[in-house]
Amino acid sequence: MNLTVNGKPAAIDGKEALNVHELLDALKVEQAQYVTVELNGDILDRDDFERAIIREGDAVEFLYFMGGGANR
Amino acid sequence: MLKIPQHIHDDIIVHAKEGFPLEVCGMLCGREGEVSVTYRMTNTDQSNEHFMMDPKEQFSVVKELRAKGLEMLAIYHSHPETPARPSEEDIRLALTPNVSYVIVSLMDPSAPSLKSFRITNGIVEPEDVQTA
Repeated sequence: MNLTVNGKPAAIDGKEALNVHELLDALKVEQAQYVTVELNGDILDRDDFERAIIREGDAVEFLYFMGGGANR
Repeated sequence: MLKIPQHIHDDIIVHAKEGFPLEVCGMLCGREGEVSVTYRMTNTDQSNEHFMMDPKEQFSVVKELRAKGLEMLAIYHSHPETPARPSEEDIRLALTPNVSYVIVSLMDPSAPSLKSFRITNGIVEPEDVQTA
């Protein structure tokens, strides 16, 4: 399966479809619990990571939460 | 070393002052460690003690940087009333690899302080900031 991930071509061997968790695993994304994902231009709710299906030709963007705080 | 032009350095401090008493946040971008553009981001937490960038804005900026051939060099935020050093939460949420983490402190309103850190796997290392 050929995708565009963060603007670059990416090939996932042996799969025709993946959910988001499976894709993040396949891409070996560390600390995936802190990742926000956009699929074909739409930001996904974390609750949808299981059922959102990624297929040939899809464009996926992911980035880490950017946050922090002064006192904690 | 992170190189920040004086006018961008000043703008970050202005941003922090304008947002006071809330924390503000943004990105510093450019090439090869030299900042050329800053993006003020929305702190969705709207808090005096913590910040979280708006993911929609993050994606938008990242795509714009890609189109312009620029890199995200640093993530900055303000500490309105505490020193310019990473808190436990700053360290825990320093997840984006290969960027600097810049903190502006307004603890002394007459002398704002801007410091930069590299944070990798919970290890914090101060980083020199060159302004010119």
